[in-house]
Amino acid sequence: MSFPIVLTFLALILVFFLVPGLFISRRLRVSFSLTNIVRFIKIATSKYDDEEERNEKGSTMGEKVKRERHKMPKHVAVILDGNRHWAEKRGLGTSDGHEAGAKRLIENAKDCFAMGTNTISLFAFSTENWERPEDEVNCLMALFETNFKSEMPYFQREKIKISVIGNRSKISESLLSLIGEVEEATKSYEGKHIIIAIDYSGRFDILQACKSLAKKAKDGLIEVEDINEKAMEKELMTKCSEFPNPDLLIRTSGEQRISNFFLWQSAYSELYFPNVLWPDFGEAEYLEALTWYQQRQRRFGRRV
Amino acid sequence: MAERPGQLRRIGGGISQLLEKICGFSRRCVFRVLSMGPLPNHLAFIMDGNRRYAKKRGLEDGSGHKAGFSALMSMLQYCYELGIKYVTIYAFSIDNFRRKPEEVESLMDLMLEKINSLLEKESIVHQYGIRVYFIGNLALLNDQVRAAAEKVMNATAKNSRVVLLVCIAYNSTDEIVQAVKKSCIEASGNYKHGDTESGIEGMDMEKQEKRIQLVEIEENMQMSVAPDPDILIRSSGETRLSNFLLWQTGNSQLCSPAALWPEIGLRHLVWAILNFQRNYSYLEKRKKQL
Repeated sequence: MSFPIVLTFLALILVFFLVPGLFISRRLRVSFSLTNIVRFIKIATSKYDDEEERNEKGSTMGEKVKRERHKMPKHVAVILDGNRHWAEKRGLGTSDGHEAGAKRLIENAKDCFAMGTNTISLFAFSTENWERPEDEVNCLMALFETNFKSEMPYFQREKIKISVIGNRSKISESLLSLIGEVEEATKSYEGKHIIIAIDYSGRFDILQACKSLAKKAKDGLIEVEDINEKAMEKELMTKCSEFPNPDLLIRTSGEQRISNFFLWQSAYSELYFPNVLWPDFGEAEYLEALTWYQQRQRRFGRRV
Repeated sequence: MAERPGQLRRIGGGISQLLEKICGFSRRCVFRVLSMGPLPNHLAFIMDGNRRYAKKRGLEDGSGHKAGFSALMSMLQYCYELGIKYVTIYAFSIDNFRRKPEEVESLMDLMLEKINSLLEKESIVHQYGIRVYFIGNLALLNDQVRAAAEKVMNATAKNSRVVLLVCIAYNSTDEIVQAVKKSCIEASGNYKHGDTESGIEGMDMEKQEKRIQLVEIEENMQMSVAPDPDILIRSSGETRLSNFLLWQTGNSQLCSPAALWPEIGLRHLVWAILNFQRNYSYLEKRKKQL
């Protein structure tokens, strides 16, 4: 017999031994009977049926979400991932990817508020992002400046409060003064709030809260025994918001990581990881996220 | 005639032993293949879905957790066979104290029984040389469970091959607050020391304030005995952290297999590790940039 045939035969025998090893565990002795195989096939194929049904119900989803208004997340946090991949796929430069992301951001903010969300947090720039190539960082900073300037009238018209959180020490003077202007102009608005995290790191947030608590203890304003979770929440950067803890945290592009965004604040958040890239995340995808959120049973450790 | 059932039983026993040997062999083959790529150093598990499992099977309330325990033993065996050094499990959260008192009591009894069984000679602790840590606000537990936990920690203190961290009466926000409190006390202790030592108070106080660095908070955390988890697996398909290892999982891969915890098996572990290996080179590049 020729060599390739022998190899294929050996490979088939190996697979025949290895694959059952994965499925037969010590406790559940599933016998290879016909009923079990049929059951397995049914479970495997039912996943595809669900997807087809979902596509058909596309238009009625929006109405269903609106009916369940009381189950809307009050605070939605988004990690805007996938701009560079999106640009690469289309053969464009990274800056085009980020621009498309920025455009998508403003459109989605309008949808979010329309659905009844109060606060939106965006992970625009993380402390780790300073390590990216210099022209990309400069492009991002320029994008922030342009968009703050151009969207100011929109924020004032729609009465949206803007807050920027993060470590401000490395940001340029012009951007800092622009941020100060925007925050000052919108600080009295209530009901709609956008929190933009620029040069933010979850660990840094907790550290600065700790430092400020230590200073207060040293100055005699509080006792060390009084330091508890509420005290921490009052010192974290999200204290500017009525709803500091996100109910729903979305990270696009399929990566399943928090990447040092809201560490403390996302203790009980529902995490949603769609595979779509951020510039492609539109109203339909957001509706899907909301439907998914409304189906969650949030128990917070207790029984329902 | 009476010999037949006995013979059949022996043959049945022989076949199941042979099947177990084949399974063990194929499992070791799979692990050999997996270890060709990078392996995680620290795995964390949120064992969710025990009560739903008991309801699904129509069993009584407590048996979901018992089935969950035997699933845990299997997973630990697979992890240590594969060569993963640190495994953390979320056994009981501070929020869980708010459940019905009967359920909390039965959980405490089950935990006491299982903690005591870890000290037996045939237990997994001696098989793999596990060092066990109990992480959490142990003051919230009843005296018996706390005493048993401390006994196990002392008895396994000399083991160094692999480590098991059991989070009991644990909340990540509580852990962070305790670490912050400790750092504050240390800092104010320094202030007092500074005052009595020299008269240049102003300069000393400035120096002390700068000293609460990230390193100090991390050192004061109970989980500092282990590195950050590489993968966090939560069973039953829920994608939430539920106040578990919030500080430590900033850059961990999150996996949520849909299986309930007593149904979790080798394939979920293998899938999680394959996903980890897929993202590994990208993550290493980013860590080097930091």
